[in-house]
Amino acid sequence: MDNLLVLWQAPTLTLQLLIDGVLVGAIYCLPAYGMALVWGVMKIINVAQGDFVMLGGYVALYVSYAGIHPMFGVPVAAAVLFVFGWIVYQLVIRHIVDRDLFVSVLATFGISIVLQQLANQLFSANVETAEANLGSTYLFGSTIVVGNIKLVAVAIALVLAVVLFLFLKHSRLGQAIRATAQNPRAARILGIETSQVFAMTYALNAAICGAAGALVVQIWIIHPYIGLTYTIRAFMIVVVAGLGNIAGVVLAGLGLGAAEQFASFLLGAEYQAAFVFSLLVVILLWRSQMLARRRLYLK
Amino acid sequence: MRALGFAAVAVGAILALAAPFLLPNYVAQFAILWMMVLLALTWDLIGGQMGYNSFGNIVFFGIGCYAAAVVQRSLDVEYFAGLALGGIAGLVLAVAAALVLGSGILRLRGQYFAICTLGLGVAAGELASGWDFIGAGGGMTAPVYPGSPRGAGVFFYYLFLVLAVVCFLTLRALYARRFGLVANAIRDDEDKAEAMGLPTTQYKVAAWMIAAAFLSLAGAAYGHLQGFIDPRDIAFSGETLGVWMVLMAILGGSGTLWGPVVGAIVFDVTQEVFWTYLLGWQRVALGVLIVVIVVFFPQGIIGFLAERWPERFGSRRVSSLLVPDKVS
Amino acid sequence: MNPLLELDGVSKSFGGVRANTAIDLAVGEGEIVGLIGPNGSGKTTLFNSIAGHHPIDAGSIRFAGQEISRLRVPQIARRGIIRTFQQTRVYRRMTCMQNMVVSAPVAAQGIAGMLGRIAREDGERAQALLDFVGLAALRHSQAGDLSFGQQRLLEFAMALMRRPRLLLLDEPTAGINPTLINGVIDRLRRANAELQVTLLVIEHNMRVIMNLAQRLYCMSHGEMLAAGTPGEVRNDPRVLAAYLGGS
Repeated sequence: MDNLLVLWQAPTLTLQLLIDGVLVGAIYCLPAYGMALVWGVMKIINVAQGDFVMLGGYVALYVSYAGIHPMFGVPVAAAVLFVFGWIVYQLVIRHIVDRDLFVSVLATFGISIVLQQLANQLFSANVETAEANLGSTYLFGSTIVVGNIKLVAVAIALVLAVVLFLFLKHSRLGQAIRATAQNPRAARILGIETSQVFAMTYALNAAICGAAGALVVQIWIIHPYIGLTYTIRAFMIVVVAGLGNIAGVVLAGLGLGAAEQFASFLLGAEYQAAFVFSLLVVILLWRSQMLARRRLYLK
Repeated sequence: MRALGFAAVAVGAILALAAPFLLPNYVAQFAILWMMVLLALTWDLIGGQMGYNSFGNIVFFGIGCYAAAVVQRSLDVEYFAGLALGGIAGLVLAVAAALVLGSGILRLRGQYFAICTLGLGVAAGELASGWDFIGAGGGMTAPVYPGSPRGAGVFFYYLFLVLAVVCFLTLRALYARRFGLVANAIRDDEDKAEAMGLPTTQYKVAAWMIAAAFLSLAGAAYGHLQGFIDPRDIAFSGETLGVWMVLMAILGGSGTLWGPVVGAIVFDVTQEVFWTYLLGWQRVALGVLIVVIVVFFPQGIIGFLAERWPERFGSRRVSSLLVPDKVS
Repeated sequence: MNPLLELDGVSKSFGGVRANTAIDLAVGEGEIVGLIGPNGSGKTTLFNSIAGHHPIDAGSIRFAGQEISRLRVPQIARRGIIRTFQQTRVYRRMTCMQNMVVSAPVAAQGIAGMLGRIAREDGERAQALLDFVGLAALRHSQAGDLSFGQQRLLEFAMALMRRPRLLLLDEPTAGINPTLINGVIDRLRRANAELQVTLLVIEHNMRVIMNLAQRLYCMSHGEMLAAGTPGEVRNDPRVLAAYLGGS
């Protein structure tokens, strides 16, 4: 807590933390948006969300090992994860679409364990990062440093989000996805193959996570066990923003990123994970308090 | 049929009592087996019987683990007295934690509760690994058993056996009373239970406190058996024990009295016998097992038997996971 | 006539949509009162308000002379108001007997109530009430396996098991085989007369409600349109207009 004084004395440091936080938070929005998509359309809470992010990171890492700039890993990771998500859907998810929500939590939790342990076996437990070598930008007479890779990553995240939004709004598949989300039975009667819509939704979500992971490995680190933190972040963002609320997802994502930066500066970096998971508990309790006040438990 | 069941229980009891002498080399493994039974039973109290599927029960286990070790460290008493005092301290702390946490968290419904407890379990491990008083990430050592390693094995075997049996009998008594019926009512339709005037929150918190009591005692004993307490791998071991307790209860048949017992025995024996051959891939196998059981075998062993031969096993309390509803 | 339930100017809106506007309603001890109105006229919302499922925006709800609009669902139930649901709700994976026994009122509070054994007289009363609704033969069947109409009867029996003073019934004959409806009407009457249960009934089947209720309220678009004897309400031109124009 001694660092609180430091923040007070050095306002540019506050700004630095805020900028870092917002840039990181922009990346959090991608898996959160994917989670909201799957949750809204298929009524499934995908606990393996963060593990898709982790896998995307490793794809970009291996792209960079091949001598190609890791930024090209973004489309590659998206493509690989799209196929991977489709396979996971066919193997497991299609069996649990009609079942209780807890079954989906438990089953995807199992998938999450499989993926993290597979990654541990295949890639080792080492902490990895892919150097983008894009230099840094200095602001205010170099009191504030922003890695250019973060700016590029945020720009890419933004472009992805806009493309996704337009895709869901205007493409045929996007419209089918939205129709299925609103009323699967009616969609089926109208001739929409809901099982295909589900498969594409889940694959699309995996692709979004994969792209996010390819960005994460360049601005930060990845390791086999990093997935759960991203799942929890995505879940928090969706809980705060609500389903189908893009502006809310962005705001909550940026807010979470900033909150984490300040928390890890004030409490020490070793408490960052503890902060994220404790924040989850607090947010859920807060939400239930709000619902109880309105006595909405029949919903 | 009844006589047959009674005979089976009697044979089981004799085997359980004699195990340390029949197979002296595996006494530590058998001690862990009874702990697994206890873990699965306490998970099922909240998860199977009430439908509140928790990933965070390991928190109470960890509290018991640390409390016992801290008491041993701070008090200058003899080993067994210290273990007893530490067990009691852990029990009080864990039950209090269940009361405080439960009053808030148990108001969450369904999937929110599941994810929240998942966060709770990880948060506890992370906080413990940052807290210097209990050794932070480096962990704590528990005092050494005053006697031969063989004596330690036998002692902990009987300790876990007694804990598991007392836990089983307590839950059996609870399920046979009003408590069991209300628990099942909450699982089936909590809104209806409230509309019928049942104080559901009281029941849920009480159930979590009972689970916490047994888990903390098991944690205290486990920490001492291991001799070393690591925050993430021993005390708040959500990755292993925390997941296994869910898996064992579902494998055996959640929402049944005997299901968690059967599930724990099947799982633990399978693990002991086969998993050493998997050479590091056993945790991958565990994940696959979770998916396969949850997706394709959610009724569990007892649930399967009850469907197959309802007149013999038909308590008609089939798994809470089978019903396709998306309402809540 | 002793007023058991009194609603005074009860209003409720959901995000700007007014579901109930200044509803006045009174049910006397021992009465059978019907509540009718076209779909979406706010009848079930009113039930939810009385049972405490959501707070009301304005007005007062008094039960046996005491204000209950601030109480929570289980508290209201323990005061003696039990409601059934339009979409029938029973404990699906428990047997009929278990459904009944768990619905018995308990005198003991707290831990003593939790750890109490299941009383023999509760079992006997459960048996008798299952017999009363005609489900005695199915007492060991799982509630979820019953037909829709049987589940409705079970829910009714569970409500009686709770020994309510006031029973709020949301469409008690919906989904029941037409040949059995007269039997249901008969049982509702007997519950009222023999078990001293006051009834407030939402019903769409006009033949049933005209036959059963001593007094009727008619709602439309969230407002109370008319009240009186079944004959008066049936011939009220506003009621006819609401039904013809509303549905």
